[in-house]
Amino acid sequence: MILDLAIARRLGRFTLDVAFTVDSGRVTALFGPSGSGKSTVIQAIAGILRPERGHIRVGGVPFFDAARRTDLPPERRRVGYVFQDAKLFPHMRVRDNLLYGWRRAPAAERRIGFDEVVALLGLGGLLDRRPQALSGGERQRVALGRALLAQPRILLMDEPLAALDAARKAEILPFIERLRDELGLPIVYVSHALDEVVRLADTLVVLEAGRVLASGPLIPVMSRPELRPVVGAFDFGAVLEGAVVVHDDRFALTVLETPGGHLRVPRLEAPPGRRVRVRIRARDAALALEPPLRSSVVNVLAGRVVEVAAQDGAGATARVDLGGAELLAGITRLSAERLGLAPGLPVYVMIKAVALDRGGPRQPARTPLSLNRYVEPDR
Amino acid sequence: MLTAVEIEALLLSLRIAGTAVAGALPFAIAVAWLLARGRFPGRTLLDGIVHLPLVLPPVVIGYLLLVSFGTRAPLGAWLLETFGIRLVFSWTGAALAAAVVTFPFLVRAIRLSLEAADPGLEAAARTLGAGRRDVFWSVTLPLMLPGIIAGAITAFAAALGEFGAIITFVSNVPGETRTLPLAIYTAIQTPGGETAAMRLAALSITLALAGLILSEVAARRVRRMIGP
Repeated sequence: MILDLAIARRLGRFTLDVAFTVDSGRVTALFGPSGSGKSTVIQAIAGILRPERGHIRVGGVPFFDAARRTDLPPERRRVGYVFQDAKLFPHMRVRDNLLYGWRRAPAAERRIGFDEVVALLGLGGLLDRRPQALSGGERQRVALGRALLAQPRILLMDEPLAALDAARKAEILPFIERLRDELGLPIVYVSHALDEVVRLADTLVVLEAGRVLASGPLIPVMSRPELRPVVGAFDFGAVLEGAVVVHDDRFALTVLETPGGHLRVPRLEAPPGRRVRVRIRARDAALALEPPLRSSVVNVLAGRVVEVAAQDGAGATARVDLGGAELLAGITRLSAERLGLAPGLPVYVMIKAVALDRGGPRQPARTPLSLNRYVEPDR
Repeated sequence: MLTAVEIEALLLSLRIAGTAVAGALPFAIAVAWLLARGRFPGRTLLDGIVHLPLVLPPVVIGYLLLVSFGTRAPLGAWLLETFGIRLVFSWTGAALAAAVVTFPFLVRAIRLSLEAADPGLEAAARTLGAGRRDVFWSVTLPLMLPGIIAGAITAFAAALGEFGAIITFVSNVPGETRTLPLAIYTAIQTPGGETAAMRLAALSITLALAGLILSEVAARRVRRMIGP
């Protein structure tokens, strides 16, 4: 058990009442719109905010238990907290910021070394600078290193990329992926950005208005109908995980092998065998009863209808089983009736566009047993 | 260049002002911390009491000190019997009077720098393994430093000029409580003392100006060190 949490707390007119557990995996994403209580949950785990009721256990260690009056002070919880705005100490150079937690960690617990972190996060050139002289992305990398060097049991990241522009984000994400894949440290990652969540997480907890809307393994949770209002009608869709098979240089395409069949996507810089995740929005998928013989759509996958859920207005979402994977197709209620869509009916899903969020979690190299080797594309 | 009497008054003023600021500083830091970070009933009242010396006539403060710390007053008698400390007519009493009058300057400056510091930094320090006391010494206090320096220098300059509270509480004893302003006052009262008064006044102005400039330079340097 990585994390076992059930807490309640009133904050003005907002009530947080959240319970979920994380049994395995490395990155748990707390996903939801702003004001849904994501940060409050992570603050409660860190001990910065005290719940009124409930309990929090991390890796079997009781952090908080209202019934037993357990409330470990933040400095004894040993969580690595990465704040949205870095919170570097302005009166210390980068080196002393990095060593702040390290110096306070018990010597016997120092598994993560200074040089290791400096190399992992590329901090070598920054050590003698002051935080004010760093860019936003550099600051966030230092904050990450400082949290890691405190030898945490768990890493809590509170929208670490939200304050950064797209370029800085792209600069930091690979570092987060590296620590996910190389350090084997459980991470709780708060975000309202779908692409970050799909790229990093293996477990997804969706919060809305202080409550858990859905939680579980990322891929099945992503296509649950409850997520549509949270994700938005535009982005709502399914996630497919696949491996690079071959590149088609002539048309600048890459062929992916997925549980639902082959997908051709715009060329990815990744060697064959790499695992990647793709997001197929419901609005980019259409259904046909026969294989379309002459159409511009490149990707057509065969499957069977699982269910058709009508929305208010003209729309409906069809869930299609591809034999091991699911896709969602946004259609009209009219089409659903015309085609006679019903559970079990064989259909062809025509995919107009594929959003590439790149890699899912990669298994650490030292773990020899892995049927499913997750790999991410090279950069 | 300076006469023996002038040097005596100058050194005494510096000693009294220095003692006043040094003695008041720990209390000022504690009160500033309480006002900036604490949430307790009576905070507004404490704020008011701290600022009282700014609006009260210094003579009133001197009088209150005399009533409390005079050798026949309960507090003063206790100090005298227990520790052999006599504040009245002594330079330590003058330092106490100067400390009370200049206390608001210290508290205000320290509190401002503390309020400008992000409490999130303290929370971050806690998550990194620092206990409350450790956080105070390693994060809070360094963040207060610009305020401490600016406040100390301003309070020091103001203490050099304190007149009413000192003369009321500890009187005008040459070599013991006769600071620069009291020496100026004495010179004015003495027939033919205009030149002496003028020289002492010039000395006072120089000191005050130096203090203000020093305060600005120090604050700027610390700010550059700590950042915005």
